[in-house]
Amino acid sequence: MSGEIKHEWPLFEVFVRAKRGLNHVHVGSLRAADHEMALHHARDLYTRRNEGVSIWVVKSDDVVASGPDDKDAFFGPSGDKAYRHPTYYAIPDSVPHI
Amino acid sequence: MSFDDAYQALTDHDDDARWAYGTGFADPLAGVPTTLPEGVDGADLAAYCLMIADDALILSHRLQQWVTRAPELEDEMAIANIALDLLGQARLLLTRAGEAEGAGRDEDDLAYLREAADFRHVRLAEVRDDDFGHLIARLLVFATWRLALLDRLSASRDPVLSAIAAKGVKEVTYHREYAAGWTVRLGDGTPLSRQRMQAGLDAVWPLIDELFEPHPIEQRLTGVAVDPASLRPEFDAVLAQVLAAATLDAPAPGSATRDAPASGSATRDAPVSGTATHEEAALGKTPGRDGRHGGELAEILSEMQGLARATPGGVW
Repeated sequence: MSGEIKHEWPLFEVFVRAKRGLNHVHVGSLRAADHEMALHHARDLYTRRNEGVSIWVVKSDDVVASGPDDKDAFFGPSGDKAYRHPTYYAIPDSVPHI
Repeated sequence: MSFDDAYQALTDHDDDARWAYGTGFADPLAGVPTTLPEGVDGADLAAYCLMIADDALILSHRLQQWVTRAPELEDEMAIANIALDLLGQARLLLTRAGEAEGAGRDEDDLAYLREAADFRHVRLAEVRDDDFGHLIARLLVFATWRLALLDRLSASRDPVLSAIAAKGVKEVTYHREYAAGWTVRLGDGTPLSRQRMQAGLDAVWPLIDELFEPHPIEQRLTGVAVDPASLRPEFDAVLAQVLAAATLDAPAPGSATRDAPASGSATRDAPVSGTATHEEAALGKTPGRDGRHGGELAEILSEMQGLARATPGGVW
């Protein structure tokens, strides 16, 4: 049984939403034994200064990330295609955050 | 600050610092009248405020001693947060005690310049933690009791006590949740964690009865103070629920004493020498509330008050 005890808790990524209507934003990571503990730790580590109204935690192992080697193939091709941006539209004053 | 309309939040451009620090902090005592309620004796109210202020102040100090000693960084922050919550409650309550007393003493005078015999906290607040299991057991008992207390105190006739209690309810709800979560994890965990959690419970169990023993001052302050005896049913029900989930046994009455060898308490100072029975009899039913404390308080005060006493009136 003692062989099953992990001496280091798994890593979790923490996302906090500052207020209603805004997105959850990645704020950092922490270690916890499970999701429930991760949520409590996130509350204690990342919302001490009144930063949040909602928290997500995700196991870091469950995040699939693009690698630096993929940079050119992934992101290079969009660099010269300005017509994909809404540059040619007039944005109404009442539409913020764009 | 709340938004019923999502667009209202999106168009709120005045708080650019929102990702670094939150906004919308509020003074819990804003607009609360500080005059004493009619028919309330100032000395009694001051003494009562000291009781529940000292509970928070002394336990806060014990929790602060876990900083750099906690088993995990994340739990160290959690414990420090709880210590800060309690310190905040103590500051407001000490300030109220000073106002009710009317002798011009402020929170610092009361925290840093009182002698051990003038402190009024229950003994549960001052004992040393032998290990993390002991800390969690003590925190579970303390938070369950204090949440029940603050919940009722938020209906106090004293508007300041009522406002302080209402603020504290939210804080202590989390403290109880934190302690209950760890009690279940340790109790229903490995044989070692279970043994140490049970040892922690055994060690704090003899200190529980004192929490519910009414003091004459509490009895005189009808409608202002809370009768601690009235908190027992809620306390017992919550403890039973947590211990059942943790597959732990509530220690039988009288089964453990403060110097039980299982918890490694040989170094703990007994307030009065002699057997447990004689010791308890000599202490009375509300020893902490009457200012009778163990040698552990002297140790706490020498650390907590040392700087303030070495540099009287010092300001940084």
